[in-house]
Amino acid sequence: MEIAIEAVGLRKRYGGHEALCGVDLSVPTGTLLGILGPNGAGKTTTVRVLATLLEPDEGRASVAGYDVRDQPREVRRSIGLTGQYAALDERLTGRENLRLIGTLYRLGRRAAKARADELLDRLDLAHAAERQVKTYSGGMRRRLDLAASLIAEPKVLFLDEPTTGLDLTSRLTLWDMIREQLAGGVTVLMTTQYLEEADQLADRIAVIDGGRVIADGTSDELKAKVGGERLEVSLADDSDIPATVTALRETAAAEPVVAQDSRTVSVSLRDGLKTVSEAAAALDAAGARTVGFAVRRPSLDGVFLALTGGTTSRER
Amino acid sequence: MVELVSDVSALVGRHMKHLVRIPEKLLSVTLMPVAYVVVFGVLFGSAISVPGSDYRSYLMAGIFTQMMLTNVGNTALGVAGDLSNGVVDRFRSLPMSRSSVLIARTLSDLTLAVIACVTMAIVGYLMGWRVHEGFLKALAGFGLLLLLGYTMAWLGALIGLLARSAEAVNSIAFMLVMPLTFLSNAFIPLDGLPGWLRWLCEWNPVSAVVAACRELFGNTTTGTGKGAFPVQYPVPVSLVLCGLLLAAVVPAAVGAYRRAAAR
Ligand SMILES: Nc1ncnc2c1ncn2[C@@H]1O[C@H](COP(=O)(O)OP(=O)(O)OP(=O)(O)O)[C@@H](O)[C@H]1O
Ligand SMILES: [Mg+2]
Repeated sequence: MEIAIEAVGLRKRYGGHEALCGVDLSVPTGTLLGILGPNGAGKTTTVRVLATLLEPDEGRASVAGYDVRDQPREVRRSIGLTGQYAALDERLTGRENLRLIGTLYRLGRRAAKARADELLDRLDLAHAAERQVKTYSGGMRRRLDLAASLIAEPKVLFLDEPTTGLDLTSRLTLWDMIREQLAGGVTVLMTTQYLEEADQLADRIAVIDGGRVIADGTSDELKAKVGGERLEVSLADDSDIPATVTALRETAAAEPVVAQDSRTVSVSLRDGLKTVSEAAAALDAAGARTVGFAVRRPSLDGVFLALTGGTTSRER
Repeated sequence: MVELVSDVSALVGRHMKHLVRIPEKLLSVTLMPVAYVVVFGVLFGSAISVPGSDYRSYLMAGIFTQMMLTNVGNTALGVAGDLSNGVVDRFRSLPMSRSSVLIARTLSDLTLAVIACVTMAIVGYLMGWRVHEGFLKALAGFGLLLLLGYTMAWLGALIGLLARSAEAVNSIAFMLVMPLTFLSNAFIPLDGLPGWLRWLCEWNPVSAVVAACRELFGNTTTGTGKGAFPVQYPVPVSLVLCGLLLAAVVPAAVGAYRRAAAR
């Protein structure tokens, strides 16, 4: 499998603070790597290094086969970048912004024009194409910014929190666009605050915290890492809790966890279905009045909190 | 080279759209210089007299020069704005030539300087200002002014890249331009000043440019031929000074652009 984005031991220091302390990444061609991490983890710094905006202090990286330090121009020719904050000219119209960027990508004026119109249509901005960007809403800006990064049909796409601040419809439009790019063989590196988004789009996920990759794998692998499935029993009344705890302790052979306010008792499943049926029988025998009985897989949110300790301690 | 020209022309197009769409920008090169010529001419013109010339004509070279100096602020603000709203990041992620951003910016601000010069010349003419040394020398005078304006644009680009914020840019530009214009012969003849102050003002590079324009426009007072070296030979001194400053500031600004964006 060909590797489109590779980073080895990236380090970047700001004053005495290490924003990146040895980031390693590898993204196969045509796949999407989702980067998750709390505020200040180093996501944007990583993207900026890979997009040649920032020189790393140490380490090396290659994008589309070119070294970011030695062949920045070739890298820039192959990439599209949507930064964390929309980078647009407020006083130009949406169409003018896209045409300018297309021209600067050296598409030629005619091609830049055609491509701009096509993208304005695709991102539902045609109605506002002739308006100055300063009149755009936040979501419209983000969409225009994404269009700008797609204008030269890049082989590698960097998206830094592309859907932050977008409403549901725009987010879905954007997801479609991203899937379309992937289907066309484009490699995407995307940071996001939305775990659901990573779950939906990413082939692999890297969790960054404190400037290093602390976990990496498919969404399923990460979930498995922090624990398997759990059985969750909701009860009709507080008085049923003790009996339920006893019943579950015997069958699951692990200490059940009680959540008082939601009247639920949960326990991790060792033996899968076998435990489920035994637990159901034991609960029945104990006469507990259950209102809910469900097997839950850990959510990516749970994974995230477990891995990062729920902190943003590195933020400065 | 072809690519540089195409990048620069696309970016100049962007700045020209700004000029039309941002009223303050257009006013700063039309209404402001008009106000300068009228206010300074009428107010000071009736209060101050200079030997051998009328003060209004004497003043024009000073106002022209001051207007060129304000280019520092224009360019610096534009560059700082692009830095803070991410446009520079976007440009830096494109396979365009690096220097084209600053070349386009300074050329566009040179266009502003041309507009300002033309406006001031028309208003000055209506108020009685005339050139007396012929068309070519007058043209050379405007050429020198625009060279100063272009140099100031590059200096402004450097300041904008280093200062990064509009507030800092404004105060730096103010602190630079104010003393340079007022401690010069732009608005007052230096003959009446105490010795040390006169010496200081005569060695101020701005005085050389103003004196050079007065010479080329034929708006000199009778009392030339004395004074420090720069005001004795104002034209060559101004050319050399602008050339040297430009040669220092252009590479510095291009370097600062590379680094500024790389934070
Ligand atoms: N120009 C800079 N100067 C100094 N410190 C910086 C600079 N840029 C980033 N940092 C620091 O580097 C660390 C990583 O920042 P980065 O922007 O990469 O985080 P992030 O993961 O993108 O966070 P967020 O989710 O908030 O966007 C932070 O501690 C930040 O304060
Ligand atoms: Mg960020």
